Amino acid sequence: MENRVAAVSMQGISKSFGTIQANYNVDLNIYRGEILSLLGENGSGKTTLMNMLAGIYYPDEGQIFIDGKPAAIHSPKEAFSYGIGMIHQHFKLVDVFTAAENIVLGTIAKGKLDMAKATAKIRTICETYGFDVDPEQKIYNMSVSQKQTVEIVKVLYRGADILILDEPTAVLTPQETDKLFAVLRNMRNDGKAVVIITHKLHEVEAISDRVAILRKGQFIGELITKNTDAQEMTNMMVGHEVKLNIDRPEPVDPRPKIEVDGLTVRSSDGILKLDDVSFTANAGEILGIAGISGSGQKELLEAIAGLQGVESGTIRYVNDDGSREELVGKDPLEIAAMGVSLSFVPEDRLGMGLVGSMDLTDNMMLRSFRRGKSLFTDRKTPRELAEKVVDELEVSTPSVNTPVRRLSGGNVQKVLVGREIASAPTVLLSAYVVRGLDINSSYMIYDLINRQKKNGVAVIYVGEDLDVLLELCDRILVLCGGKVSGVLDGKTAEKRQVGLLMTQLGGGEPVEQ
Amino acid sequence: MFDLVGFIPRAVVQSIPLLLGCTGETISEKAGSLNLGIPGVMYVGAISGVIGSFLYEQSCGGEVSTLPAILIPLCCCLLGSLLMGLLFSFLTVTLRVNQNVTGLAMTTFGIGFGNFFGGSLIKLTGSEVPSIALSATSRVFSKSLPFANDLGWFGKIFLSYGFLTYVAVIIAIIAGFVLKRTRTGLHLRAVGENPATADAAGIPVNKYKYLSVCIGCMIAGLGGLYYVMDYASGVWSNDAFGDRGWLAIALVIFTIWRPNVAIFASILFGGLYIFYLFIPSSSMATKELYKMLPYVVTIIVLVLTSMRNKRESQPPEALGLPYFREER
Amino acid sequence: MNNSIKEPFLHITKRKEMAWQKAWAIRGGMILLALVICAVITASTTELSPLAVYGTMFKGALGSARKVWVLGKELAILLAIALALTPAFRMKFWNLGGEGQVLVGALATAACMIYLGKTLPNAILIPVMFIAAVAAGALWAMIPAYFKAKWNTNETLFTLMMNYVATQLVAYYIIIWESPKGSGKVGIINQNSEAGWLPVIGNNKYLLIILIVAAVTIAMHIYLKYSKHGYELTVVGESQQTARYVGIKVDRVIIRTLFLSGAVCGLTGWLLVSGSDHTITTTLAGGRGFIGVMVAWLAQFNPIAMVASSLLLVFMTRGAQEISTIYGLNQSFGDILTGIILFCIISSEFFINYQIHVRKAAGKEEANV
Repeated sequence: MENRVAAVSMQGISKSFGTIQANYNVDLNIYRGEILSLLGENGSGKTTLMNMLAGIYYPDEGQIFIDGKPAAIHSPKEAFSYGIGMIHQHFKLVDVFTAAENIVLGTIAKGKLDMAKATAKIRTICETYGFDVDPEQKIYNMSVSQKQTVEIVKVLYRGADILILDEPTAVLTPQETDKLFAVLRNMRNDGKAVVIITHKLHEVEAISDRVAILRKGQFIGELITKNTDAQEMTNMMVGHEVKLNIDRPEPVDPRPKIEVDGLTVRSSDGILKLDDVSFTANAGEILGIAGISGSGQKELLEAIAGLQGVESGTIRYVNDDGSREELVGKDPLEIAAMGVSLSFVPEDRLGMGLVGSMDLTDNMMLRSFRRGKSLFTDRKTPRELAEKVVDELEVSTPSVNTPVRRLSGGNVQKVLVGREIASAPTVLLSAYVVRGLDINSSYMIYDLINRQKKNGVAVIYVGEDLDVLLELCDRILVLCGGKVSGVLDGKTAEKRQVGLLMTQLGGGEPVEQ
Repeated sequence: MFDLVGFIPRAVVQSIPLLLGCTGETISEKAGSLNLGIPGVMYVGAISGVIGSFLYEQSCGGEVSTLPAILIPLCCCLLGSLLMGLLFSFLTVTLRVNQNVTGLAMTTFGIGFGNFFGGSLIKLTGSEVPSIALSATSRVFSKSLPFANDLGWFGKIFLSYGFLTYVAVIIAIIAGFVLKRTRTGLHLRAVGENPATADAAGIPVNKYKYLSVCIGCMIAGLGGLYYVMDYASGVWSNDAFGDRGWLAIALVIFTIWRPNVAIFASILFGGLYIFYLFIPSSSMATKELYKMLPYVVTIIVLVLTSMRNKRESQPPEALGLPYFREER
Repeated sequence: MNNSIKEPFLHITKRKEMAWQKAWAIRGGMILLALVICAVITASTTELSPLAVYGTMFKGALGSARKVWVLGKELAILLAIALALTPAFRMKFWNLGGEGQVLVGALATAACMIYLGKTLPNAILIPVMFIAAVAAGALWAMIPAYFKAKWNTNETLFTLMMNYVATQLVAYYIIIWESPKGSGKVGIINQNSEAGWLPVIGNNKYLLIILIVAAVTIAMHIYLKYSKHGYELTVVGESQQTARYVGIKVDRVIIRTLFLSGAVCGLTGWLLVSGSDHTITTTLAGGRGFIGVMVAWLAQFNPIAMVASSLLLVFMTRGAQEISTIYGLNQSFGDILTGIILFCIISSEFFINYQIHVRKAAGKEEANV
């Protein structure tokens, strides 16, 4: 096998952004007639590395060889000329164009633009592989999986023979994933080189012939998939064996705090995001929310926080004396005015939770700057809070006057969580709090959440890592396509059971609350 | 009785600078560059043509021959506008400076440049004419088509204009076709809608931005040239061009970024501009209110399209934003 | 490694942050470069030596007490407009409508002077004029703000169009108020009674204007930096999503901020008509609504730094006027110099925000520039 000439050979590749070293001295070979999984945790530099093949970034150091010949890929166009096509995680489609217009975009063919001919060719490709896409449809009318299909057809249309897919299954249903994998196998059998970037082990096992592992921007090693197992890959990926051992204290006196009943939410373009969702979150308990991304988790949290319009249903807050107050139809300020202390750690930290260009002090006062009758802001209290958060949560920052944008992901998250917890909430909503964080920071966050639970806070924890959900949460609510597909007891639930509920409705026995 | 046969030709001559400015601006906006320097570019285009033609007329003592009388100002105009276009694209595309600020600076500079040379050309060249009146060149530019006078109303409405009028219409039709139907147009629109996508598709984003701004500026510059040479009969007077550059930008919005619609819309705008002349009862004061109409109508269109929120009639998505590939 | 492989020669990356001293040094350097270019151009058109050019400009801008006062007034007016636009810009709302907002403020002032000049004493008339001007300017800015807040209507284009609606409105009233008839001008309003004229402090007609604008500068600085409103509008400018998340009513902040922006423009119109020109023309704002955009931007929206950036532009304009008068050149000479200065300073932002790396053939890279 080592006598084959690699379709792509990357040697000693390094790339940094400012002080962040995204890749360091990476060597990687990609062969034709093979599916390679590029495995690594979030932030391990997989996407950056592939972006250098796709011409999006240019390496700071190192050399790329295509079919044994040195190549410099300065632009996506040059990448295409080497037969490299990449399907990005964030689709690169022009919304107001049709599928066909997007597909022909950038093709080098000269002469008149013959849309009819292009459309015919697209239809042929679709028939060959069984894609369901209407070339005349505008992108902004399409579903996520349709958009991905367009992306893949686009690469095929250009006859790329080195395909890179960046976490393609993140947005797909299991059936769609199976279909995609079938297509990828066809392409491999056609002699194309396929790279799939992923952090899901079962996908690696299902699809790839070979797996290369990155950790913190460095190449750790490669394995033949059929000769390895999940344990070995995990070890290489995370560096040491994963034993989560997250603390789960017994809930003290759990009483209903938030009662959601028949909640139905539509997005601004009329798509049903939550469909008749009902559940109760208890004080002194962590309620986990599981589901594949985009199953309505964001809308659920935002509806409770007063940021999302609701079509029907109720969200009731239960006071200590047992009286109930309706939260639907109120904005965050009105909810706060009712005396409901509700904290929300949103998924988009710098786009929603914090203001990147402001310093720690100014970010601390985002929630509280209105306090007092004065026309002017009080910066003394938030400054003290910022110093306290930096101190207690071990935020590494030059000073509290540093814009939060300049902090690393984990520190940004500590600032955000620190602020949200500082207001002594009775309800804590959190979305993907540990995404992109290193192990130590993650554990610190779990610890903080558990402390809130002990204080009697009703915690709603939206997560993506099932192992964490199963070890941290008292109950797990599973969302699938905007519906509640089950509520499980965290102590007894099995990973397989949750996985099943995430992908199909009614696949498991709901546990009585 | 409203004198339609008298009105249309006058609306048309008013419309041509707007049409050229609008076509140029549309091309550059479609690729994502909101060039607020267009009014300045039109001044520069006009004065460059004037300088070229002035020097030529001076050198041959008023005895001009047709070809150089057209080519010299035309080339000077295109060159002047091109330089402005290069300046704008260098600052906004290569140096990624804010487009609004750059555009406004270019307008300040361009109008100043036009008025300065318009006012000082005679002194600078040391010639002895009382004012810049390029009547010989203007005669060539405003020569109407054959039979214009023999075909009654038809000739008056369709044939009575100088060649730049027809050039302007042809440019608008070609621009509309290129933007909508060709690969180049598709790529250009992709750059204006979503440069990151265009880049990933292998389209040279910066090249398209440079080209669209420069071609746009050259077309807009012709609008200035038309104004002096044809409309104003070769007489340069400072600030006479007025706010037509801004009106051209308004027209882009009014036509929802479609140059072929601009052909008719510009005549409508031109008509609104001189409408007061054909309303016998209107006073001097109300005529000023009529001049407001194009802007008010544009605002209404702007508001209506944003309210209807139809994706196709929105401004290009990346309009006004710089693009930097390694942004992270 | 193969040296024949072509690698990009210049390679541009975004800078993380630059020390403010270095940033201002770059800006200062570019201004210097601009001044040199201006001197060379002026020297080539006037046959003055480049040094003498600035000698003449100094004389033109600061050569006599009167000239200093005029410079002060021009500075104050330009600064006031730049200040007015700043809160909107901080909110990332491109208010290019300064021109129109100043004009309607001036129009309201002139209307009060003409219609109320005979009936009200100055002590009442001037405050009435002030309120009318501020209200008119604020209203003019709130119209695009309302549509921006409600339907996200493109504010750059909307405010731009509002300028010309205002211009024509003024043109309309100029003809109605024409004096003497047929002149096409309004002439000096209340020339004899001086009704509605701002009082003169000491002997200096412009002192009051300068003092008022100085007060506005300080007030604006405090508003932006220390007030709750200032904090809110910065949050809205950085991220509307964050603003909603913390319960800031984005619509209300947009409209309120543009109310302020327009109000200060209206105030400037009031200063121009009541304090300095005592008449109204369509070119009263004279492009300063646009120059103000650049002044504010050059100063990075910092009110105190705007004093310096407007001084630079006013100095160049006044100096160029002197040169053009002496050498019989056109008055627009100043605009050309202003343009050159602007081009140079705006390109300095590139060097502050980005870093150029020059690649050596071996693939090692050499940072800097």
